[in-house]
Amino acid sequence: MTRKAALTRAQFEDRFFGVLRWVVIAFLAVITVLPFYYMVLLSLKPIDALLLDPGSLWVSAKDFTLATYRDVLKSTDSGGQGFMKFLINSALVSLGTVLLTLLAAVPGAYAVSRLKFFGRRQVSALFLAVYMFPATLLAVPLFVIFAKLGLSSSLFGLAVVYVAQTVPVSIYMLKNYLTTIPYSIEEAAALDGCSRLQTVRKVILPLALPSLMATGLYVFMIAWNEFLFALLFLAAEPDSWTVSLGLAQLSNGIEVSKTVLMAGSVVLTIPVVLLFFAAERLLTEGLTSGADKS
Amino acid sequence: MTTVPTGTPKRRDISPPSTGGPAPTGRRPMTASRRANRAGLAFVSPTFLVVLVVVVLPILWTVLLAFQDAKLVDIQGMSLLGNWSLDNFTQVFDSAGFWSSLNTTLIYTAGSTAGSVLLGLIAALALRTPFRGRGLLRAAMLLPYVAPVVAVAFVWEVALSPQYGIINNWGQRFFGWDDPLAFLSTRSYEVDFLGLHFGIPLALLTVIAFEIWRYFPFAFLFILARLQAVPDGLEEAALVDGATPTQRFRHILLPQLMPVIALLCVLRFILTFNKFDDVYLLTGGGAGTDLAAIRVYDFLTSRYDVGAAAAQALVLAISLMILLGLYFKFFGNKVQEES
Repeated sequence: MTRKAALTRAQFEDRFFGVLRWVVIAFLAVITVLPFYYMVLLSLKPIDALLLDPGSLWVSAKDFTLATYRDVLKSTDSGGQGFMKFLINSALVSLGTVLLTLLAAVPGAYAVSRLKFFGRRQVSALFLAVYMFPATLLAVPLFVIFAKLGLSSSLFGLAVVYVAQTVPVSIYMLKNYLTTIPYSIEEAAALDGCSRLQTVRKVILPLALPSLMATGLYVFMIAWNEFLFALLFLAAEPDSWTVSLGLAQLSNGIEVSKTVLMAGSVVLTIPVVLLFFAAERLLTEGLTSGADKS
Repeated sequence: MTTVPTGTPKRRDISPPSTGGPAPTGRRPMTASRRANRAGLAFVSPTFLVVLVVVVLPILWTVLLAFQDAKLVDIQGMSLLGNWSLDNFTQVFDSAGFWSSLNTTLIYTAGSTAGSVLLGLIAALALRTPFRGRGLLRAAMLLPYVAPVVAVAFVWEVALSPQYGIINNWGQRFFGWDDPLAFLSTRSYEVDFLGLHFGIPLALLTVIAFEIWRYFPFAFLFILARLQAVPDGLEEAALVDGATPTQRFRHILLPQLMPVIALLCVLRFILTFNKFDDVYLLTGGGAGTDLAAIRVYDFLTSRYDVGAAAAQALVLAISLMILLGLYFKFFGNKVQEES
């Protein structure tokens, strides 16, 4: 009797969750893809078309325009918004950040994952604790120091700040990967007469390439997307605006139409999304490695 | 690699073979560990230096600044140890809206954290077993997380706009809304329901929804990774025993997932508590979304009051530490054990 009841309950649940699962999947697809579709859609129509029919989810052939992109990308001298320059600035800052972060994080991650040294536990705890401090807490003194050093409106200064933001996560990601490389490989290299530094350069780094790329990608993403510090340090310096900052400032101008704003958003989003899709698997594995053991 | 740490360990460090007499026992492992120690310190020093200069020292300086009367204009000539006072703190605590902003921050953080982890869990469960297009959907679901905050904030702003936003347009067309809702500028939306009259903090709920939407992929990634590491045997055994899906989830999966969920909650709580840009871009801190982090920014940029900004940031950091301390006091042991 009870056995039968339990069975029907299992059947009911199986069926119920079987349906619910597809509802959830559809819901997730809608909430994640639709906003981005909406963004691209609006960027492709003139503002009148948007105001005339705000609820439409497509663009008719006669409305279709690329003028918004032309307006956003053209330099300010020729009446555009100068996003080409912002894109270059963002690329410089982000690539610089990736380079500096990896330079700072690789030796540290190696040491924490491999070498037993005095204070190792404290150092790895410190790196994680740093991650816990609010950006706003750092923003105040960095703002002041940079104002003093005259770095406050330079792209280099911004990259240095981003390094501080990204080093802890990078160490964490790299460390998780490095611990999976068998120690015996290093011992073999040592037997062949490699010094510790040579071992790292010739054996460990090539083996850790996927993790280096994943970490670099993540750092690039953070640097490309960052807004607070760019706003604090560069707001007065339109020549060194990053795309994020440029877009935010653009939105403050009342004469800029929303469709142009959306074109700017697309321009800002495309590089990082392309990069992400090119290396999606790498990034997700790099980020979550170690999560299954946590 | 161009950063050659100073004091790179040399191989010559190996102790010379001891001459005469039996070698003291344990000498060799001692030197090996000492070499590892020295190499470790050498390798970690560049990283440590960076963290020290760009993170630790600035934080210490914030603490100093918080006790000084520091305006941006006269900071040039200020000595590191100027006049000490508690003025900044009295100013912060006395200023209108401090407690309410702390309260708002708490609600915002707790709501966003719980929501994003929960939605991440649901998403991970739904995408657990393979189906056509799962890889594509999984990648697409990470879009809100990887896309720049400025861009997605504008999309939400446009979509929610009362004049030309698609949400209000559809709401009026298909759901019979009487008036367009100003999602991002309504502090309290008055509702009459079953004879009760109450206000919904619409703007705050909207920014919480935004935060959930933006960060659930992060939780999803971690929970999915953990789900895939759950041994098959466990669930098969439960299946043979006739456990229903809810029972299997409750008694098999959830205990396995608990450590990663706890970790995600702590992590998201910390990061959301200090969040600035998302809400600043959406509402500018108006309409009941005056988060503490936005007040720090306001002190810094509109009044150039560095001291007050530092004090406010410090208060924020200390509140967070107290909350975390409480959490680990009550739940910490459990988390530690399970990890």
